[in-house]
Parts: sequence; C-alpha cells; structure tokens
Amino acid sequence: MRRIAAGLGTLLALSVLVFAATNVLPGNAAELTLGRNATPPALHKLEHRLGFDHSIAHRYGSWLGGLLHGDLGNSAVAVAQNAPEPSIAHAISTPLKNSAVLALITTLLLIPLTLLLGAFAGIHARKKVDHMISTPALVFAALPEFVTATLLIVVFFGWLGALPPVSLVAPGTSPLSNVEVLVLPVLTLLLASLAAGIRQVRSGVIEVLQEDYVHVAQLNGLRGRTLLWGYVLRNALAPSVQIVAQTIQYLVGGIIVVESVFSYPGIGTYLVQAVTERDVTAVQSTVILLAAVYILINLLADLLVVFLVPKLRTELS
Amino acid sequence: MSTAVATPSPPHSRRPRIPAFIAADRGGQVGLVFLVLIVFVALFGPFIAPHSPNVPIGIPGQGSIGGSPLGLDQLGRDVLSRALSGGRTALALGALATVATYLVGVMLGLLAGYARNTALDGITMRTVDIFISLPAILVMLVLVTALGGSSWVLVLGAAVVLFPGVTRIVRTAAAETATRGYVEAAVARGEKRGAILRREILPNIMAPIIADLGVRFSWSIILIASVNFLGLGLSPPASDWGLMISENRSVIPTNPWAVVAPALALVLLILGVNLLGDAYVRHLGRSSSR
Amino acid sequence: MSSASASSALEASGIRVELDDGTPVVDGIDLRVNPGEILGLVGESGSGKTTTALSLFGHSGRGIVMTAGEIVVDGEVLEGDRRFQQARGRLVSYTPQNPGAALNPSRRVMQSVQDMIAAHRREADAEQLSVQLFERVGLPVERSFTERYPHQLSGGQQQRVCIAASLAPEPALIVLDEPTTGLDVVTQDRILKELLRLRDEQNAAMLYITHDLAVVSQIASRIAVMYAGRIVEQGPTESVLREPRHPYTRGLVASTPDHRRPRTLEPMPGVSVGVGEWPQGCPFAPRCPQRVDRCETAFPPTEQVTADHDVRCYEWRQTPPATAHSVVPGNVKSQEEHPQEPVVLEVRALHAEYRSRHETMVAIEDISLTVERGACVALVGESGSGKTTTGRVIAGLHPNATGEILLQGKPLPLHARRRSAEQRRCLQIIFQNPYQALNPRHTVAEEVARPAHVLRGMSRRGAREEVRRLLEAVRLPAATARRYPRELSGGERQRVAIARALAAEPEVIICDEITSALDVSVQAVILELLRELRHDLGLSLVFITHDLGVVATIAERTLVLENGVICERGSTGSILESPQHPYTRRLLAAAPSISLAAESWTLQGSG
Repeated sequence: MRRIAAGLGTLLALSVLVFAATNVLPGNAAELTLGRNATPPALHKLEHRLGFDHSIAHRYGSWLGGLLHGDLGNSAVAVAQNAPEPSIAHAISTPLKNSAVLALITTLLLIPLTLLLGAFAGIHARKKVDHMISTPALVFAALPEFVTATLLIVVFFGWLGALPPVSLVAPGTSPLSNVEVLVLPVLTLLLASLAAGIRQVRSGVIEVLQEDYVHVAQLNGLRGRTLLWGYVLRNALAPSVQIVAQTIQYLVGGIIVVESVFSYPGIGTYLVQAVTERDVTAVQSTVILLAAVYILINLLADLLVVFLVPKLRTELS
Repeated sequence: MSTAVATPSPPHSRRPRIPAFIAADRGGQVGLVFLVLIVFVALFGPFIAPHSPNVPIGIPGQGSIGGSPLGLDQLGRDVLSRALSGGRTALALGALATVATYLVGVMLGLLAGYARNTALDGITMRTVDIFISLPAILVMLVLVTALGGSSWVLVLGAAVVLFPGVTRIVRTAAAETATRGYVEAAVARGEKRGAILRREILPNIMAPIIADLGVRFSWSIILIASVNFLGLGLSPPASDWGLMISENRSVIPTNPWAVVAPALALVLLILGVNLLGDAYVRHLGRSSSR
Repeated sequence: MSSASASSALEASGIRVELDDGTPVVDGIDLRVNPGEILGLVGESGSGKTTTALSLFGHSGRGIVMTAGEIVVDGEVLEGDRRFQQARGRLVSYTPQNPGAALNPSRRVMQSVQDMIAAHRREADAEQLSVQLFERVGLPVERSFTERYPHQLSGGQQQRVCIAASLAPEPALIVLDEPTTGLDVVTQDRILKELLRLRDEQNAAMLYITHDLAVVSQIASRIAVMYAGRIVEQGPTESVLREPRHPYTRGLVASTPDHRRPRTLEPMPGVSVGVGEWPQGCPFAPRCPQRVDRCETAFPPTEQVTADHDVRCYEWRQTPPATAHSVVPGNVKSQEEHPQEPVVLEVRALHAEYRSRHETMVAIEDISLTVERGACVALVGESGSGKTTTGRVIAGLHPNATGEILLQGKPLPLHARRRSAEQRRCLQIIFQNPYQALNPRHTVAEEVARPAHVLRGMSRRGAREEVRRLLEAVRLPAATARRYPRELSGGERQRVAIARALAAEPEVIICDEITSALDVSVQAVILELLRELRHDLGLSLVFITHDLGVVATIAERTLVLENGVICERGSTGSILESPQHPYTRRLLAAAPSISLAAESWTLQGSG
C-alpha cells in the first residue's frame, strides 16, 4: 500500500514539474505554437480557446482534473489549425496501440532472453561462453539506439536489401498485418535493452555464486540441480526481476527514439512530432501518460520482488 | 592481517604515466586507445580535414571518389571532413554535462549522506526519486519543448537526467563513511561540517565516484546525440555525429559511409569511455579483494 | 599407516597449500582425529587454519592449490577432484563461521537440512530424519518453527540448523570453522555443550577451528596450534595448555585473559608473519625469547615431548611454565586506593533512544556512573545491552539523550558541537574497528597531529614534535609517522588511534570494544599499553567490552548492563567472585576460561 501511495505521489510531483517546465518557463504555449510573428489577436483567440487566459494554478487544476477523468485535453496545434477533432486522446489512440504492439513483442522476447543469457553467462563466468555472450553485450550496451538502428538499416536495407528502412503502417491497419516492418525496430530495441540486462543479471548471478551459503553448500556436497536452482538461481531471481523491470522501463524511453528512426507510427513518433511543433499541451499529456506507465512497471516489479524474497514477504505480514 | 606489511608502497612516491588500472587491463588499454583516438580527432580533426565541412563539392550521396574516400553526404559535402569536425560538440557538451552532474550530485549526496536519516536527507532523496522516475529522453524532450534546442538546454537536460544517480551513489558512500571511527573522532573533537566533508569523507569516497564517471559520461554523450539525432537539438548545418547520422539516412543506398563514419566515431567514443570505466571498476574489485 | 588410518576419522599428513606463484600458505600439516574426539585447531588470523580446513575438502580456491599431502578420511584416501567431490558432505562436512550468511535465505530451515539428506542419504525418509536431527541439536520441531526462513531465527538457532545440516549425512568428520564467533557468550556456551553431547552420543569426530584458547580449552580433547602456516605444537588439551612447550603457545596462553584468574598479561614482542614473509628458519624466531642461532637457518623438526604431545622447537625444554608469571593484580588494593582521588567524570540518570523511520527504541535507561582520576571503569554486556550507546552519549556523539554529564564537576552539554574546545579535549573516544579508525588518506602524522592542533592550538611544528613523542608513548617507531594506515597491522592502527586520543592530553578516554577485533596476542599488547599509560599519565578509562576476561585484566570497577539498564555494579573482584544479579551469574557461568577447564582436568585427574 505504501508503495502504491509513493508511486501516486511521485506521479503527482512529476505532473507539477512537467506542467511547470512547459508553462512557467519563458514563452507561452500559444506563442510557441503559432510562432513568434503571430498577430496579437490570433494569439489572444488561441489563448482563450486553450484556456491560457486563466491563472497558472487554475490551468494546472483543470489539466490534472481532466487527467484524472481520462481527459488528456486538446492539442494546442490542432486547436490552432481548427482541426475537427483536436482531442489528444483521439490523436494518440492509434499510435498508442501501435507502440503497445511493438513494446509487447519486444518484452516477450526480452524477458526469457535476458534471464537465460544472463544466468548462463554468470554461471560460466570467465569461460568461453561467457565471453561469447558478454563481449557483444558490452558493445551493444554502449551503443545509442539510433546508432544501432542506423547500422541495422545499413546492413539489412543498404547491403542485403532485405528489410524496409522505414516501418510505415497504413492508417487503419495493424502493424501485425505487415510483420516485416516490425523486425528492425524490435531487433534494435532488443539489442539495446538485452545488453544492459544480460550484464546485470550476469553480475547478479556471480554475486550469488560468491555468497557464503553457496560456498558452504558446495563444501557439504550439494551439487547439480539442487545447488543450481535452489541455491544460486533462486536467490538471483529477485534482483533479476528488478533488472528486467528496469529494462522494460527503459523501453518506454527507448521506443521514442527507435520509432522515430523507423518513422513507425507510434506514441514516440507522435511525441517527437509534438515537440517539433512545440505543441505544449500534447507534450504535457503524453509525457505524463508515459511516466505513469514507467512508474506502474516499477510498482509491479517491487510487488513481485516482495513476493519473491522471503525476508521482505515475512516482514510484510 | 599481518600481511599489511607485504605492500609498503607510499601513494605519493612516484606517479606512473599510465595509471595501473589501465596498464594491467586489456579492456582498459583498448578503451584508452579508442578515447585517445577520438579526442585527437575532436581536437585536431578540423585542421587535417581535406575539405571544408560546410561546402558542397560534388553530387549529393556520391560514393567514394578521389580526394573524398568516404564519399559525399546528402548535400554533396565531404563525409570525411564533416566526420573529422563533428566530434567537438559530442565531447564538449558531454563533458560539460558530466561536470555539471557531478557538481550538483556530489554536493547533494555529501550533505544528505552526512545528515543521514534526518529531514534534510529525506527531502533530498525523495526529490531524487522523483527525478529518477521519468525516462531520460522524456526529460530532454520536455526541456527542449520549453526552452528550445540550444547547446545549453542539452547540457542542462543531461545533467538533470544524470544527477540523481550520482547523488544516490555519493549519499550511500558518504553515509557509510560517516560511521567510521575517523569521522566520528572528527565530530567528537568538534570539527566543522565543511571540514569533515572535505577532509574526512570526500577523499575516501572518490573510488565509487570515479568508478561511476565512465557510465555518466557515456550516458550524457548518448542522450545529447540522441536529441540531436531526433532533430530537436543542434540545428543544421552544424556538424555533429548524431545529426549527421540523422541527415544522411536518405543516402544509405548510395553512400552508407555517410552514416557509418559518424556512427563508428560515436561507437568508439562511448565504448572507449565505458571500457575505461569498467577497467577501473575491475581494478577496485581486485584491490579490495586483497 | 593404513591400519592406523582405518581406526581414525581423519589422518592427514604433509599438507602443503600454495598460492599460484608457489608462495606457501600452509606447509607440513599433520592432523589426526579419532572418532569421539574433538581436535581444536588454534591459531591467530592469517595463521592458515581455515586454509588447512578447506584443504580437507579438496577445495582449492581461486589462486590457491594444494600441492602435497595425503588425506585419509574414515579409511578412504582422498585424491583427485572426483574423490574429494564425492567425499564432501558424505565423509567430511562443514559448519561455517557466520551462520546468518551460510543459510540459503530463500529456503525454509528444515528444507536446508533435507537438501543434505537428499544429496547424501537417498534411502532415508527425509521428513522423519530431519525432524530427528532438529531434536538432536535442540531445536523445536513444530511446523511453525521448521517452516521459518533463516532470517526469522536467532544467531544461535541458525548455527544449530547448520550443525543439523552437517550431521545429516552422518559424516566421519565434522569441520567447524569458528562456529561460535560472533555469538554472545551465553549462546556460545549452549552450542559448545551441544557439541560435546553430540560427540559423546554420536561418537562424532570434530575438527574445531578457533582463535580462542579459552573456548578450545573447554571443548577439545586435543589441540593443534598453528603459527605462520605450520602446526608448531600438538597434544592433549591439558598438557598443551598447562605446560606449553612451544614459546608461541606459551605466549598465547600468557596473553589470554581469564576472568576466573585475573592476572597481568604477558604480551609477545613483534608481529606475526604473513603469507609470503616466511623466513628461512623458524617463523617465530624473530619474536622468540629463547631463540638460538640454528632457529634462523632451519625450521625445527617435530620432537616428541611425550608420546602424544609433540612440538616443533629446538629449545622446547627451555620454555618457562606459563603460569609462573601469572600474578593476580591488586584489584582489591587499587579499589581502596582510588576513592581518595577526585572524580573526573560523573554521569547521572542518562537516558537515550534510537530513532529509526518507523519506531523509537530505548537504548539506555537511567545509567549513572562515576570515574575517579586514574581509575578504569568497565561497562560489560552483550550486544544490544546499551554499553556502546552509553559511551557514545558521553562522547557527545549520540544527541538523542537526556540526563546529566559532569566533567570535573562542571556540566557537559550532550552534543559534541556544543561543548567547549577544552571540554572536548578532556574527553576522547577510541572505537572498535581499527580498520576504520584512521582516515586512509592521511598519514599517521597528520592523523595524530590534528587533535593537538585543533584542541590544544599547537603550531604545526610543535605538533610534529608532539607526534614523535606520542608514537613513542604507544611504542611505535618514529618512522610510523610517515606511513599510511593501510601499511599498518590492526594492532598498530589501534595504537595510532590511542596516540591520536592522547594527542588531546585528555583526562578520560572512552574505549569502545577497542580490542575485540584484534587477535589475543595483539589485544594483550594493547591492554598492557593502556595499563602503563594509566600509570604514567594518570589517565581515566571508561572501558566498554563484552569480554569478562578483559574486564578482569584491566578494570577496578565494573558495571554490568542488560537491555539498557545497569543490573549490577561493584568492584571487579567482587563481581567476578560473588555475582549477585542472575544475569551477571549467567554471563559468568557461560564465559569460557582456561582455568575453568583446568579445574575439570584436576578433578578428572584426582578422581
């Protein structure tokens, strides 16, 4: 319970920070949206329609109130352009689904691969298999997603001509109907996130291997499955869950860049577009939405860890 | 513990030119070579570049030709010359952000760690928790939305993203060190807080701080390059490796070097920094296990 | 040889373990343990006793390898990785030092024992056998207990689980590596009794590794003493402790405090030899009072003192008896002397609490004490008794307190920061852990000069002179001034910490468990040093310790703390001889002592 409250508190504090950053700092939303040489009457009109003529506190209150009801507000740019459907919720529903597809596929591959490769490298630390896993992991962990993505494009599109360099999805269709477009984005996300995860799971396993209880169990002749699963991996599991959660959290940020590289119509591309257009209200709401997902993952991981670690579990009851 | 006599090497006797943690470590050696190479390029690249980085000299997207081994970019400028002059922003902004990160992070961490389990500590660490619960790239995007994409915003953004981690590490180390006998003895003889932090605590938590430096530095480089790549940071015609990769995606089929060259440069830089950092961490592990 | 080994549980000979580069860690180790016998393997830190124990498991750690020796357990010759692997647990089992870290934190305690049964005794009914084992080591067998996790058990219970686990395969030999170090004395006493009972009931053979002569005197039938990677003396407990023939053994006995027979300790000169520093001849020669020329050229062979007592010393016949110099110090006399001295420190109704985020815990309640000039007052208690908190409050390091402290009759603020420089000068504190006592970035000179500079306003040059004088006072060579802490041994560091405290020219020094992280021989040096300093400088000490033997050695008056309250106070002599409070009696009854063991030998001998 306390953790949930803390998560909500953090989210609230973040909403204040994000709102303050985009509203209190120099330049106001309407001006940013319309550009510096907009006429004063046009500015006033837009400010009025967006509610910018109210006090900051009032605006924050109504934004937050809207968020709590699931209303993300209207896009400043869409309002300025007199778009028929300016609501942010409407604009991001499809990108959100597309991103979810991308993230979900990546996560499903990510979890088993991180745990397997990480544990395998850890158990065989400093042997050949470890180096075969760890060295590429070291390299890919060091690469920014956009570099990995670009290099993949060079190889698969530029040289092999096998896969499309951009992942366009026709409006109204699901990305799953054209799986080809998902390959490179998923591969990029996997390479970038797996690497860090594997390294950490590996060192977690190595740490457990050096614990007294493993050493004593070995001296007392325990070996094979009992030792490996009951002593080593069982105790490396809880920290690994945390690592996997961090990796999934990382996807929330990583997806923004990767989608942009491949022009994949997801929430990341939408957000970058909004930033480019200085669409303050759209940026605010999207960021808070992603932050909520981020914190939620953290919360779920914490609960799972409490469940997995007897000491934490028994302290709870 | 009587083995302590075995290695009587006073720390200030002589300073080898290459620190021991690099000399004894293959990864560290490779890292040093990478980093020296990239720093050299960043410092002197513009002077050895065969062409001007901003003037078109041929057909856009043309492959390797005489006098231009890496071909031309999407505007017909020499890729090699642009790659040679694109390192300064990455290095300088990354370094600046790292310095800012450490100024804030070390200060806050020291204060919080020394005042452990007090209100000051609590408030500092809760604030840090809040900053940590937003994906890095989102922080950058929010700041760019609010302040535009200047170099200063990039540095500020990277520092805002990275300082919480430094604060946490410093706080943990400082809180642990504060319970040591020599710190307590200093408290008992009434030394001032500043003197205790400076004399007794800070010098003894340098190892974890330095061990973390490589990671933070490479992170700030990655973050800033990513924002540049998204087209939200530095604007053309600046020659920055992140920006170059983004600009030249359209010429991949004709001249892949236009993206591969800056990409490789970034890889070498980040890998070099990481390898050096890892070597230092291994060095710490070795000397503490002795 | 083979017929002999069939009857003994362990027969090891000529064990040599080396580092990768050929540096010997232990060498020429011969050990024999018979069924129903406990062999005590005694040595100070770095003597190689754990390395010796691990070699019985064929365990070559990273960078360590066994290069010579024969190990026969229960008639089976252990050779090669496979034989050792098969012997682990089944023939030789291991009980570790730190039971809290040695149990799998995510396994229920009964399951840990059943793992051992499953690994070694497939035919047995794991459920039933594990219950029997729990009963055998004196643990409850209700489900509510057996289904607990290690962290829900006390330290003593955790160690019993470990012992149950190592009994499970019915091994020929149980190796116990400092199994009671870190447990409080009452728990230690129970575990020791349990082990003796198991030895008798099961006819078990045990190798008991410890640094503590008092403990080993109570549990072992025979003792092997290690110094610098070799066994220097081996024989029946009684004869080794009563008439040690090796000068090192004698030195250890003379360095071990005993609460049943208070006496002045006789510290050995010099420091022990570490791995890689072995001299050509006898490693003890540089510290040995009876050394002759050949000691420095060749390590002595094993010589028989009696049929079952052997020693590796050329001059063992010259070793003086250990008891000859044991004089009971004039505790009663000094008790009468001190009341005339003025009171330096007075503490009235001290009350302190600990605040964590969730709760506030009372740490000490209504503590009062007085310290006269030149006196030493001991605060004794187990961990959690509040003795350290009391010391910290007096030193001004624990401000969550109420009560009154009077220094030379004047009230002293509770917070160090609110005290005047003069008050801070008068009151110094030394801490338990010598490895964290000194700033690793400062030279000894910087560290020692600081209080002289800050609290006595000494100039830098004056302080430098002062450092030389102080190092001399704590018997450290002047060259130590330029050294960094990591170049010093634990005992040397603690001496520098004492010098740093002395640099303030204090009236009172609070010593918080300052010898409990040190080997006994080093502890003896420190205790003797403190005694001399008190005599020379008229220093007063508040000496905080859990060790009744140390109390007997150094303090005139003693306060016994239990759960933050003083339960008994009085002269050390009267408390040790006729304790009134049940808690004091329990502590005294449980505290190990060589002379206590000696009484039982006498009884056995006469009866």
